Amino acid sequence: MEKIFKGPAIFLDRNDINTDEIIPAKYLTEVTKKALQPYMLEDLKLDGFDPHGDELKNARAVVTRENFGCGSSREHAPWVFEVNGVHTIIAQSYARIFRQNMFNGGMLAIELPQQEIDALFELGKQGTVTLNVDVDAQIIHASVAGQESEFPFEISEFDKALVKAGGWVEFADARY
Amino acid sequence: MGKTIADKIFASHLRDEPFEGAKVLNLDRVLCHEITTPVAIADLEWRGKDRVFDKSKIKAVIDHVTPSKDTKTAIQAKMIREWARRHELEDFFDVGRNGVCHALFPEKGYIRPGFTVIMGDSHTCTHGAFGAFAAGVGTTDLEVGILKGVCAFRHPATIRVNLRGGLKPGVYSKDVILHVIAKLGVNGATDAVLEFAGPVTEGMSMEARMTLCNMAIEAGGTCGICMPDEITADYLWPFIQDEYPNKEAAVDDFKQWHSDPDAEYKQILDFDLSDLEPQVSYDYKPDCVKPVSELAGARVDQVYIGTCTNGRIEDLRVAAKILDGRTIADSVRGVVSPATPKIFRQALEEGLIDIFMQSGFCVTNPTCGACLGMSNGVLAPGEVCASTSNRNFNGRMGKGGMVHLMSPATAAATAVTGVITDARTLLSRV
Ligand code: SF4
Repeated sequence: MEKIFKGPAIFLDRNDINTDEIIPAKYLTEVTKKALQPYMLEDLKLDGFDPHGDELKNARAVVTRENFGCGSSREHAPWVFEVNGVHTIIAQSYARIFRQNMFNGGMLAIELPQQEIDALFELGKQGTVTLNVDVDAQIIHASVAGQESEFPFEISEFDKALVKAGGWVEFADARY
Repeated sequence: MGKTIADKIFASHLRDEPFEGAKVLNLDRVLCHEITTPVAIADLEWRGKDRVFDKSKIKAVIDHVTPSKDTKTAIQAKMIREWARRHELEDFFDVGRNGVCHALFPEKGYIRPGFTVIMGDSHTCTHGAFGAFAAGVGTTDLEVGILKGVCAFRHPATIRVNLRGGLKPGVYSKDVILHVIAKLGVNGATDAVLEFAGPVTEGMSMEARMTLCNMAIEAGGTCGICMPDEITADYLWPFIQDEYPNKEAAVDDFKQWHSDPDAEYKQILDFDLSDLEPQVSYDYKPDCVKPVSELAGARVDQVYIGTCTNGRIEDLRVAAKILDGRTIADSVRGVVSPATPKIFRQALEEGLIDIFMQSGFCVTNPTCGACLGMSNGVLAPGEVCASTSNRNFNGRMGKGGMVHLMSPATAAATAVTGVITDARTLLSRV
């Protein structure tokens, strides 16, 4: 599945959003990624958040706070984003396994300092923010209400190589 | 500058560094269970790469939902079962021989000092108790591990956790690790190895060390780790006796993995545990922890004793001691799941199972489905469970349910009264 790093963002204003909230364990009996699609963020504890609302349905990126994806190793968490077309996560920090799982699947788990995350959340208050990530240049272009802004970021050469290769299986298979 | 045990294991297993900071390690063990492995198998088949790198190094078990509860879980079991047969895995544990992965694999002697271990399960960090580098990974890492026997990591920093001061009677390694996590926070050890050291760690059994390391991930840690010593050698002796002339030689050999005195640490934490009280979690994060006295009296609907954290024989002994001659409160359901068949049999022989049953507990086969809300003890919305497991996320044991994490002693005492209870108030025999 080709990964697309642009589109409207949804803002999840909380630290420590865990894998059980992203995809509850009862759905881990599924053996295909596609079957996970209806359940994205079903158990998220966040005031005003609707797991079945249009904002989430239309989202192609998630902007959030610290330690995103903590808890279980389940790759079902990145997959539920993947099959819903959300291939970019932007957070202040991640749990290690979740971050690795994102890149292993050829998707982006971008880290930004708190100031920049705050700035993105500010933009979010003005309306729907559309993001466009230039992986080579390492810049996030954000547009809202006719205004453009840029957020430079850094990912490691290895992470970039995984995104380019389409994931770790492809990379490892070609090399080992 | 000296090296930590994790540094030494990384250096000895380094296969490749395709980019600076990305270390690809050779793996000694790839462990598999029926929840995260079938998707990897399906993907390998789809890619036309249905192979395994080494059938002696890959170990597999069905443990989360067993025996299967419905068609979907039966299919998961069938996929891993047929895959294990197809590739002639030397060790695969099916119904009747199966148990909770992080209790079963160590018990079989598969984990050795200096090993690298991965599994598609976040509590793989448990195996660090043997002086191994053991990390939970996602399905893609697992898939590459199965196919190529390698896994990539950023070189982890090490946080040293010195445990000293001695534990009061009735205080256990579970209380210690809950206390440590409360100090570190749920992301205090992200991208780091938690190295447990100090006299309290050195005095702990392998079971107690596994409980410590098991919860490293709850502070974000890549792995928990303990220095392998006499206690490690004693535990492993039946499996390694052909490799060494005597135990002393094994202990000596293990020292190659000990952290150097001048090793570089990201952080050194020192805990004087002499005044530590039993600890209990509240709310929905494992770093929300209070002494039992502050939560005493809170009502629970279910008590769950088992899991990869506290389902081992020592845990059952402690709980049974409290339950002996007592019955659990009418308002409470008690569920105990001995973590492996060996532990189950031992508990039978020691009369522990009888005590659990007399007290009103339901004794299940070795499995851990309740811990993550899949089977054998799922909560209804609004219900509260006192649990010896490791994770209290929102809905973890069932949608709308809540979990208090605690030691087997606290859980058993709570079962007796129906409200969170300090086991030491019940009896002097903790
Ligand atoms: S006991 Fe709980 S945490 Fe441990 S492997 Fe089973 S489900 Fe996971």
